[in-house]
Amino acid sequence: MRNDYDFAVLGGGLVGAATAYGLAKLGLKVLMLDEGDVAKRASRGNFALVWVQNKGLGMPAYATWTRRSSDAWVPFARELEDTAGFAIHHRRTGGYHLALTEDELARRAAMIARLHNQPGVAPSEVEVLDGDEIRRRLPEAGPEVAGGTFCPLDGDVNSLKLFRALHEGFARLGGTYRSEAMVDVIEPGAGGFALSTQAGRFSADRIVLAAGLGNARLGAMVGMTVPVRPVRGQLIVTEKTAPFLDAPVSTVRQTDEGGVMVGDSQEEADSYDGMRQGVMAVMADRAVRMFPRLGRLNVVRTWSALRVMSPDGFPIYDESPVHPGCFVATCHSGVTLAAAHAALFAPAIAAGSPPSEFDDFSLRRFHVSAAA
Amino acid sequence: MIELGQVAHLDASYDLVVIGAGPAGLACAAQASAGGARTLLVDENAAPGGQIYRSVGATPLRARRDILGADYWTGEELASSFAASGAAYLAGATVWQVSPEREIGLSKDGSARLIDARHVVMATGALERPFPIPGWTQPGVMTAGAAQILLKTAGATATGRVVLAGSGPLLWLIAAQSLAAGRSFSAILDTTPKANWTAALAHLPSFLASPYLAKGLKLLRRVRREIAVVSGVTALEAEGDGRLERVRYVAGGETRTIGADHLFLHQGVTPNVNMASAAGCELVWDDLQLCWRPKADAWGRTSVPGIAVAGDGAGIAGAEAAALRGSLAALDALDALGLLPGDEKTRRAAPLRKTLARYDRGRGFLDALYRPAKSFRTADGDTIACRCEEVTGGQIRAAVADLHVAGPNQLKSFLRCGMGPCQGRLCGLTVSETIADARGVSPADVGYYRLRSPVKPITLAEIATLDQTEADVKAVARG
Amino acid sequence: MFQRLPDIRGDALSFTIDGKAAQARAGETVASALLLAGVETCRTTPVSGAPRAPYCLMGVCFECLVTIDGRGNQQGCLVTVQDGMRVETQIGRGKRELGR
Ligand SMILES: Cc1cc2nc3c(=O)[nH]c(=O)nc-3n(C[C@H](O)[C@H](O)[C@H](O)COP(=O)(O)OP(=O)(O)OC[C@H]3O[C@@H](n4cnc5c(N)ncnc54)[C@H](O)[C@@H]3O)c2cc1C
Ligand code: FES
Repeated sequence: MRNDYDFAVLGGGLVGAATAYGLAKLGLKVLMLDEGDVAKRASRGNFALVWVQNKGLGMPAYATWTRRSSDAWVPFARELEDTAGFAIHHRRTGGYHLALTEDELARRAAMIARLHNQPGVAPSEVEVLDGDEIRRRLPEAGPEVAGGTFCPLDGDVNSLKLFRALHEGFARLGGTYRSEAMVDVIEPGAGGFALSTQAGRFSADRIVLAAGLGNARLGAMVGMTVPVRPVRGQLIVTEKTAPFLDAPVSTVRQTDEGGVMVGDSQEEADSYDGMRQGVMAVMADRAVRMFPRLGRLNVVRTWSALRVMSPDGFPIYDESPVHPGCFVATCHSGVTLAAAHAALFAPAIAAGSPPSEFDDFSLRRFHVSAAA
Repeated sequence: MIELGQVAHLDASYDLVVIGAGPAGLACAAQASAGGARTLLVDENAAPGGQIYRSVGATPLRARRDILGADYWTGEELASSFAASGAAYLAGATVWQVSPEREIGLSKDGSARLIDARHVVMATGALERPFPIPGWTQPGVMTAGAAQILLKTAGATATGRVVLAGSGPLLWLIAAQSLAAGRSFSAILDTTPKANWTAALAHLPSFLASPYLAKGLKLLRRVRREIAVVSGVTALEAEGDGRLERVRYVAGGETRTIGADHLFLHQGVTPNVNMASAAGCELVWDDLQLCWRPKADAWGRTSVPGIAVAGDGAGIAGAEAAALRGSLAALDALDALGLLPGDEKTRRAAPLRKTLARYDRGRGFLDALYRPAKSFRTADGDTIACRCEEVTGGQIRAAVADLHVAGPNQLKSFLRCGMGPCQGRLCGLTVSETIADARGVSPADVGYYRLRSPVKPITLAEIATLDQTEADVKAVARG
Repeated sequence: MFQRLPDIRGDALSFTIDGKAAQARAGETVASALLLAGVETCRTTPVSGAPRAPYCLMGVCFECLVTIDGRGNQQGCLVTVQDGMRVETQIGRGKRELGR
């Protein structure tokens, strides 16, 4: 059977778009299928950090993977900008996490230490700083800041521009994008996969399930149990402000356009419509205590988005044992991992089955724990 | 009426919160309060009146009642019956949130507060339809409504060479009010598409029987006698270098230019749907009036229980109809609150509905006649669609063509349109219609911006003062 | 330019525009008072630096943003001008400054 495409990527969010972009970059004929204008899409609502410092406690492989993505981001950003034709404002300035009490600071420092004590995790580059040092480095930081942690590997990007650049780059590399094409049925066959969508039928030699929370439903069609659940994050953004913060803080950052983003909460919830004013209040209160002069800024938007969370919080990369050629990719830090998805994951699946370095991210880890 | 000075004076909850002190809100609050509901009326302006009766109690034109016309002064009666009611009134306050659970976020003079309402009526009125033409962001270009607001609130008018351009009943009213004030225009550029007459004629009989006819004819006659009207204008451009200098237009296939110090634009009004949309109320596309409006039944009940809309915010029908619909919403609220016996609601609604029907009768004709041309509703090339983020029609069309953007929300993340301080109020319709035009589908298939609170600006410090629970703290402060 | 009609009376008050003395009438909004004082362009945009003036006068467009008594980005058309008020235009200062 001759299929329309070498690869079909199901999902047009950050994970799908980065993977599709990476596959198209290899010269493959790629189709990206997406939902319509309104969807549970974390890609439009994230905090835009490319973040390393606290990633991987409980899974050393995740610490390494995040670190590799952070390294890959530098050449990836340059290449993506060339392909898409506009700047995405990636910067690796190093990033801060601020604590408002001594207790918060101690807990944070202990967590970072435990993370780096795991076997196989690269030595820590994180500095633990007291309040005065923070105020020296971040002049707008207020008297209530008790201290913080700083990791030189951290950075951020304009995530909306990243999102658009992936789509623009994918189109320029000859990829085909279809919106309002939610996949209803996947039919695995001998020579590939047939896909029925709102927008018609397509076929591809191989497919990647990259539909975020939709992966649970899609996985079931090909015999894979993909245990993802939504965790709501709320965000606040202010009016455009003259530059005051030249490195991101884990909960406060300033975009290249000037808006100040305040993030980001975590709640178990499956509606992105609902918003808890109290959660916003805590976020705003903490931001103003960190940077008192933010208080006067007008908030222009608040929103919530749903993170895609696996039971242990780590990414999932796997291939269906029953239907080889059907891959799944899911994570909650699609910005940080965008470079890894485009530059490492896409070539790995294009070459065949994911190599053994992906074993730790396999769905098998959930079967084992269920049996135990 | 009990006027409250600050948000701290508000009760923690009310039976009914009415948002907007135009005809719909005033009528609704006065009736509901008379019927025994503990009612709060909130408005962001300093005085009651809404758009049409703006400043009716405080206008400097009190000594010149002829200028604004008799219709304007009927607002006095509405305002005074509200003043005589027992409702609480918070002026100069913005409502920045109405949640589906009817938690209301308000703010006045830099202090924010959350209160609860058993029932909500949104009477937030209408906005002028966006009018995206080349050069419309330059100083010197304003909406005709803005010119009228200056007249009502400050007794002031524009001087020099003033051009009025566009279409719709309000355009003629504003021209007539200016003439009454002794100020004329260099020209009126009428953009009403000539072909609309054919469609409108079908509605003529009911229009002839409606109260609009007599009013309209008088206005038109007076204006046409005194001002040069260019009809059949098919293209408009505001030219200048940092400030308006000339207006270029096309009429009858010919391009002409006139010097202008001011250009006032108007092509009808459309419902202000941001608050309803952020409250989760379903919106529907109205293909006759070419706008979104909250889906609502004959009482104004939206898709969200306990939240109703009244007045022009529920669909454009004019001031008299707005007041009537405000009264209907009040009856429904009283009934829902258990304050009306048996079928009292239906009984008392009957005469209101009868009057309402008279006004509705004339609407079809006006809607058909003053339906603006697509070229004035969509943006193209370098013409700015989103004034806040400076996104052009050409960029929108390219995103549709190259990136297959299906609707305004994906577009928002790609181009930032609708992300500025006006939160898409001024570009929402243009963007929906431009995407629809580029895709060759109806705006109904394209959709509208998904909006969230705050629907009006509030400071970070104000949000920080709202109540926090332990669970809220846990959701944020992590290791 | 905008002018009050000749037979319009009202209580006069004084305020300042960019430090210069100006007059208004009680009850006028800051945006109206600026227009009547001959100040039309009230800001330049944070995106391209283009000049803008009040457009809707009813709180919708956010074109009328000015600094009032030291506080930036206030909607001039929703604030009633007060005696002694300090109003500053935001020309050349597109983005809000911290602390203002
Ligand atoms: C600029 C303009 C001028 C007009 N002039 C005329 C005219 O001269 N003659 C005529 O017949 N018709 C006129 N119309 C149409 C007329 O306004 C409507 O038919 C009528 O006012 C509708 O009444 P309403 O009560 O539904 O809304 P409105 O009268 O618009 O009242 C709504 C009120 O809600 C307030 N509000 C909105 N959002 C919030 C919030 N978040 N928080 C607090 N308050 C809020 C507004 O400030 C306003 O006071 C005009 C419309 C516009 C837009
Ligand atoms: S002039 Fe439009 S918001 Fe003030």
